[in-house]
Amino acid sequence: MDLINPAVVDLSRFQFALTALYHFMFVPLTLGLTFMLAAMETVYVVTGKQIYKDMALFWGKLFGINFALGVATGLTMEFEFGTNWSMYSRFFGDMFGTPLAIEGLMAFFMESTFVGLMFFGWDRLSKPGHLAITYLVALGSNLSALWILVANASMNMPNGAHFDPETLRMTFDSFVGVVFNPDAQAKFVHTSVAGYVAASMFVMGISAFYLLRKQHREFAARSFRMAALFGIFSTVAVITLGDVLGRLDYEHQPTKIAAIEGLWHTSKPPYEPWIVAALPNDAKQESSYEIGVPFVLTPLITHSFDTPITGMIELEEAAAPRIASGITAVSALRRYEENHQAADLELFRAHQDDMGFGLLATRHAPNQDVTAIEPEQLQNVIEQTKPDILPNVFVTFWSFRLMVFLGMFFFVLFAMASYLSLKNQLERNRLFLKLCMWSIPLPVLATEFGWITAEAGRQPWTVFDRLPTFMSASTHGVSYMLFSLAGFTVLYSIFIAVELYLMFKFARLGPEAHAPHDDHADPAHLSVVAH
Amino acid sequence: MDIYVVLKLVWAGLLCVLLIGLGLMVGMDMGVGTLLRFVGRTDGERRTALNIIGPHWDGNQVWFILGGGAIFAAFPTLYATSFSVFYVVMILLLFSMILRPVAFEYRSKVDARLWRASWDWVFLLSGFLPMFVYGAAFGNILQGVGYHFNWTGQYFQDGSFLAYLLNPFAILCGLMAVSLSVMQGGVMLMIRSDNPIHDRARRYASRAGVLAVVLFLAGGVWVRGIRGFVLEQGDPAMPANPMQGQHVSMQVGAWLNNYAAHPALWLLPVMGVVSMLAGVALVLANRPRVAWWTGLGAWVGTIGTVAASMFPFFMPSTTRPDQSLTIWNSSASQYGLTCMLAVATIFVPLILCYTSWCYYVMRGKVHTADIIKDTHSY
Ligand code: HDD
Ligand code: HEM
Ligand code: HEM
Repeated sequence: MDLINPAVVDLSRFQFALTALYHFMFVPLTLGLTFMLAAMETVYVVTGKQIYKDMALFWGKLFGINFALGVATGLTMEFEFGTNWSMYSRFFGDMFGTPLAIEGLMAFFMESTFVGLMFFGWDRLSKPGHLAITYLVALGSNLSALWILVANASMNMPNGAHFDPETLRMTFDSFVGVVFNPDAQAKFVHTSVAGYVAASMFVMGISAFYLLRKQHREFAARSFRMAALFGIFSTVAVITLGDVLGRLDYEHQPTKIAAIEGLWHTSKPPYEPWIVAALPNDAKQESSYEIGVPFVLTPLITHSFDTPITGMIELEEAAAPRIASGITAVSALRRYEENHQAADLELFRAHQDDMGFGLLATRHAPNQDVTAIEPEQLQNVIEQTKPDILPNVFVTFWSFRLMVFLGMFFFVLFAMASYLSLKNQLERNRLFLKLCMWSIPLPVLATEFGWITAEAGRQPWTVFDRLPTFMSASTHGVSYMLFSLAGFTVLYSIFIAVELYLMFKFARLGPEAHAPHDDHADPAHLSVVAH
Repeated sequence: MDIYVVLKLVWAGLLCVLLIGLGLMVGMDMGVGTLLRFVGRTDGERRTALNIIGPHWDGNQVWFILGGGAIFAAFPTLYATSFSVFYVVMILLLFSMILRPVAFEYRSKVDARLWRASWDWVFLLSGFLPMFVYGAAFGNILQGVGYHFNWTGQYFQDGSFLAYLLNPFAILCGLMAVSLSVMQGGVMLMIRSDNPIHDRARRYASRAGVLAVVLFLAGGVWVRGIRGFVLEQGDPAMPANPMQGQHVSMQVGAWLNNYAAHPALWLLPVMGVVSMLAGVALVLANRPRVAWWTGLGAWVGTIGTVAASMFPFFMPSTTRPDQSLTIWNSSASQYGLTCMLAVATIFVPLILCYTSWCYYVMRGKVHTADIIKDTHSY
């Protein structure tokens, strides 16, 4: 009997979450730093001032240390769909593989080919030539984000593909539908500017460190200002696009938005509060200790004052008929696979929109086979399947809140930083400089919370409303999974230790150690230039 | 011919091109990694060898990524099933692959003997192992793999991975791929280094070339004795569904059937052997630039030989032969293949242009004396 082992599914989820979250510790910095390097080099080429070249070289070295791990961990991601999500890849690969392959052809090749010239080509290219290469690297990294997010958005909003009973998979039918998926556009901008926030904080924090130690002062002051201004614009953009994403979830993924907002029951506009903090309890389906701000939720999510937002309990009730209909669809499809009778196909077609819900019910069917459900068991299976349509509310609710709180904090921090930097009052505010320094890891943390919101909130689906996570994983043995998990844990722990060691080492060494041949490149002796 | 069939064939061809590109470009870098400890005795010499491929390894590695990406897009069922069926091997491949970028970037950043020596071993491991697995994978699919699908299209494995990993034919194929990669790596080192690296590289490259010829011929003889697969029935234009529509039989020696039917195919193995022999001669005659191009011939010959024997199979199933994955039943839809073809037509020539340009910009010998002074380099 070919059965799916739920423990293996959970281990696969855990491994994917681990490796993806790990990949995304390095990606934001790559996305943002490449553009900051390009900006610094632009100023160098235009003004000819050596200090901007020193900036590009120094921050470029730190970029390189980070980049290596982005590349290494990205390799894992590219292969993991095949190694661990075999059913998903077969079911959705016709469409999903395309943006992934385009990412390779269009973005990775460009970025990775030119990054070598960016590091090694300073003496072999003209100034504008090298600058053009740096821009191509920045463009490449951001294009890779675009295509991967197009792919990811299609899992949340499966546009541009339909299910085909002849091949038993989603068939790709519209390139335009996939690329111009509204979710993809919003995700792309939100995620890449989140990367700019991370890079700004990184540059600003390390510059604050030099200012605190009164080292490399001119270098640090200039880097700081550039980062603070870049950071404030990026933070505003992140928040604006975050609002767009929330609205898209409201329109297309009602279970996700209800979980994000901890909304067990349908909202009562206009009074309904936006819950700031609460303890959602998934088992009891209620929250305790709720603290909220009245009148905020409805306009925030729906951009109106009178539209209600459906709650989770009501969504569960509404799912019951879809589960029943889905079971009919899956049973008809199976009979059609075996006998190719037109009547079965017709029955399937009548219920095909609910097929995903039928697949969701397989886990509660006898021997994981919905065709084996006896009529008297049906109601029971439906009742058991109903709560499965909701994601884990506690996780979704809190990861979202932590991301948003951090976003608000960044806004205040960058605003103050820009102000103090423009007024040349930084070095007097040592406490503030310390705060900037300690905030370096926070944007990365915020992006991780963002991903947990997005991905945990999509559960129980890998392809929203179409394919349950439970059915998506490869059918490995538990021992295989333990083997790979152990390996990733060991390797990735070593990597992070080595990377942090090198980052601290080179950040402490500072910029001159980097350009020993330029005699006028010792900014420690210059005072901060007042403009 | 049906347009869908043409598209499937074109993509199978492009897949071969990718696998050749992967073997040639990634193989070359991995060959240098494997040889690193042997061609370089001092730290300066090893850094020289690394900096020869330093500006290009990341770009080359994308051949490998794209190999995965293109299989996913063009033959999703093959991607889904083969990567899962070979799980343990794929994960080992991945572990060794992800060590490489880190080794490049971090090795020379700390000036301590133990640190650098450890990373040098990492280069050896992450050069040898992936190429070995790459070759062994061909050995494995030639012999077929035990798996079947249930009605939803989920695969289930029959039997343990050990049976695939530890068999002599796969090991032979693995070593063959390693030899080609070491040869190509040695040739690249010859092009861009002086003595003593140059002469050591020459020695290793010529030996690896001879080994490659021997292993290739041995593999060819061996194939006559292993069980091949024959597609008795199966419409090339069928909807891509591996669960039904094919009838497959197994016969010893069947992998030579295509050659019997189309004798012109013998040109492929001949091309492989001639290129390898010519490569050895050119290396010994100190003509590494020409030898680089015969290396391309060797890869075309080898991958072409395997493709010609197996056509139209990708990964035959030994336990449910009818569900074997072929070009016909594991491809993407007609629409998907068309889109991807349009994209590839634009980008592949572009990639070839700018990759060549980068090699052109960074051309010339790398000197150990310069490298020791330069703190920017690897
Ligand atoms: C610096 C990082 C950062 C900051 C400050 C914010 N976000 Fe964010 N957010 C991300 C980084 C991020 C992310 C990691 O980039 C995510 C994960 C998936 C995605 O597309 O972007 C994300 C996802 C994400 C999602 C889920 C999208 C989905 O369903 O797929 C929503 C609704 C928001 N964000 C909304 C916000 C709001 C309203 C913010 C207001 C302050 C906010 N984010 C700040
Ligand atoms: C690098 C940024 C990403 C992070 C940090 C991330 C995070 C996560 C997490 C935490 C999970 C586990 C959710 C759960 O099981 O509860 C998950 C699952 C998954 N994500 Fe992502 N994700 C990222 C990007 C993507 C992208 C771009 C794709 C597709 C292109 C994707 C596809 C998947 C798949 C297939 C699963 C497994 C099935 C599932 O559990 O839903 N992820 N991811
Ligand atoms: C889960 C899906 C993902 C896959 C399959 C994936 C794949 C990869 C691969 C193969 C690399 C290495 C490229 C190289 O060798 O040059 C890489 C690096 C990178 N990825 Fe991811 N990635 C995923 C998630 C993401 C996300 C969500 C983003 C951004 C929003 C992202 C952005 C990047 C960037 C900027 C790099 C830097 C290095 C480079 O582009 O070469 N990735 N990724």
